[in-house]
Amino acid sequence: MTSISPAPDLSWTRKLSRPEDLAAYRNQLIAEQHPDATRILVCCGTGCKALGALDLLAAMKKAVTDANLDVKVAPLVKRTGCHSFCSRGPLLAIQPQDIFYQKLKPSDAAEIVQETIIGGKLIPRFLYKPPGAKHPIEKRSEIPFFAAQTRVVLERVGQIDPFDIRDAIAWGAYNGLVKVLTEMKPKEVIEEMKISKLRGRGGAGFPAGLKWESCARQPGRHYVICNGDEGDPGAFMDASLMEGDPHAVLEGMAIAAYAIGSDRGFIYVRMEYPLAVQTLSNAIRQAEDLGLLGQNILGTGFNFKVSVSTGAGAFVCGESSALMSSLEGKVGRPRPKYIRSTEKGFRDSPSNLNNVETYANVPKIILNGGAWYASMGTERSAGTKVFSLTGNVNNVGLIEVPMGTSLRHIVYDIGGGIPNRKELKAVQTGGPSGGCIPIPKKFLDINVGFGKLAEIGSIMGSGGMIVMDENTCMVEVSRYFIHFLVEESCGQCTPCREGLTQMERILTRITRGEGQEGDIELLEEIGTFTNSFSLCGLGTSAANPVLSTIRYFREEYEEHIRDKKCRAGVCKALYYLEIQPDACTGCGVCKKRCPAKAVTGEKKEPHLIRQDLCIKCMECYRNCKFDAIAIR
Amino acid sequence: MSESVMCCQQPEIDFVVLDRIIQEEYGGRREAMIMMMQAIQRQYRYLPEEALIYLSQSIGVPLTKIYEVATFYASFSLIPKGKHILHICTGTACHLMGSGGMVEHFAKKLGIEPGGTTPDMKVTLETVNCLGACAMAPVVVLDETYHPQSTVGLINELLDPILAE
Repeated sequence: MTSISPAPDLSWTRKLSRPEDLAAYRNQLIAEQHPDATRILVCCGTGCKALGALDLLAAMKKAVTDANLDVKVAPLVKRTGCHSFCSRGPLLAIQPQDIFYQKLKPSDAAEIVQETIIGGKLIPRFLYKPPGAKHPIEKRSEIPFFAAQTRVVLERVGQIDPFDIRDAIAWGAYNGLVKVLTEMKPKEVIEEMKISKLRGRGGAGFPAGLKWESCARQPGRHYVICNGDEGDPGAFMDASLMEGDPHAVLEGMAIAAYAIGSDRGFIYVRMEYPLAVQTLSNAIRQAEDLGLLGQNILGTGFNFKVSVSTGAGAFVCGESSALMSSLEGKVGRPRPKYIRSTEKGFRDSPSNLNNVETYANVPKIILNGGAWYASMGTERSAGTKVFSLTGNVNNVGLIEVPMGTSLRHIVYDIGGGIPNRKELKAVQTGGPSGGCIPIPKKFLDINVGFGKLAEIGSIMGSGGMIVMDENTCMVEVSRYFIHFLVEESCGQCTPCREGLTQMERILTRITRGEGQEGDIELLEEIGTFTNSFSLCGLGTSAANPVLSTIRYFREEYEEHIRDKKCRAGVCKALYYLEIQPDACTGCGVCKKRCPAKAVTGEKKEPHLIRQDLCIKCMECYRNCKFDAIAIR
Repeated sequence: MSESVMCCQQPEIDFVVLDRIIQEEYGGRREAMIMMMQAIQRQYRYLPEEALIYLSQSIGVPLTKIYEVATFYASFSLIPKGKHILHICTGTACHLMGSGGMVEHFAKKLGIEPGGTTPDMKVTLETVNCLGACAMAPVVVLDETYHPQSTVGLINELLDPILAE
């Protein structure tokens, strides 16, 4: 991958020494931008980066330079955070023309500059075409994936260069901080937060305003801590926020610090997110250079220093007390919660810990008012929520919708439905401690919110939303999550450590075709026990994947145990693959794809799978265009 | 053979480098111990015993506490890693797309368990819980290069030349 130094040198910039300097600086930045200039926004989020977006970025920059355009209207090629339509990467947006080009290669750059930027013509093959549609969509804002979202917290993500604070300031960053420093008392900030009804976006959903209030009341030095240890597999909302708009998170933390009376903050980021560490560290440096963080912020006498700390690969460190222990350089074991961390947390001092997305919402709430925020979403779950929509769905990516949006809207209108003509089976929310919501049986029209999800045996969690089609085995999914939790359980309390181990043993047996009568009941008993008596939030929700799949997919467990059959074609001991001769056209794709050389047959003749060689990797099944391969 | 013996020997510990990490980068603060250990691991690709003993003396944390931290967090390794590292993402999205089968396949092919290293110290097989690149599932990372929508066949093509080296 091409490496470029993304951060501009700002050391020449003078410090902003009064609150009103920010507005003046912002106006100056906006005036410097040519109003008609075309901007080419190349997505360099983790997903697109994995697909080679940095090479595309370099190629676009080169193509623009090579074209030798008039300097005044020369397009600006900008590196941005995640555009959120991850399954279409590498991708870019061209503004103000409202163009969205997807699935690009670096070699496409010259053509884009010549045809679209200079010639003003669209290149149809780069435009997005919805599955099954005849014509591509010409305008980015008309693509359902974008049009059906409400972007509040993600507003700047994908628009600004996360490595350049000037871009963030031009888009309004730190205006909320100026407002609290000049117009509001700490108590009023907390009051506004309470009015907003913002609940913690990390999973538990505790009202943020109440947490701030109880922390502010404590005596001693206060700490502001941001939980960026996004450990749920299949969730990357916080990563995209930290990578795409780090200043929103920092501003939110600074406002929290002002409200609770703190001068010191930490962001704990999981080590698997090196890009987030980079953007945040750079953002802190630039904000300090400008006098927006650090000592005597904007000359108001308010001090707030933030540092980035990285985790070392432990899921349990997403739990607040474990995180604080890890931040102290120790092992991350949760502790009982009879003393709240708002009283005694990090360094045994009052600590306010919120999730990345929670903090990123704060500046908007301060600027637009708590009532504005509370007007979105539902009565008990206010505001918007970012979800990472993944799994068996056409449009994989990040989405932001008001709380209370129906699963149908999310999966079909935004997500574009299920690929390959498959049936939707379940939606899993809340990470490993969440539950599987069966669809279409009952719940396609439930409104996603904290209360509603808990009612049906799942949780909101941090916002992972994994769509599962008919080829997902619910027993195996539950084994997968329990295995994950066995590995990640810190081991200090018995119900979680032993309960999970026993559940994994039973589930593994069932998926190998060695299930016994009574296994389901035993799983229910152990699961209920584990959830009731574990120490921390991780343990008390650990059995959710088992209990929710038994609740809604009991017949699948029974099939595995009694009939020794896995209808989804996942548990290898419980099915085999067979080519149906009448459907097979003999195209040879399966034969070519098979890594075990188990497929035999002549061209245009029905093929055969040799069961003794087949490793059941499903390559043939996934790639057959004629649905000729059957699970038996 | 001689090469593999070389690899398994304790590396030469450069105490100047350790001092730079411990004192200069992190000011000898005990709270920064996890990040110091990460920096040491970046240097040697694992945590050599001698380096940890030095760390213990430098910041005044008992070696048992350091051992506790080193064994608690998944990213730390007390044994040397191979020259190449094959990371298979086993996050939920990747799992649904068959990464579990890929782990099984490569564990069998390399003759090691996930987390293990081939006896010739060429390849370490690792699983990772989620890389946040779910749209590209299943994701395999070979020596820090991401391979989106990986298949057993594609990775074999990359791995076989390494094994034949």
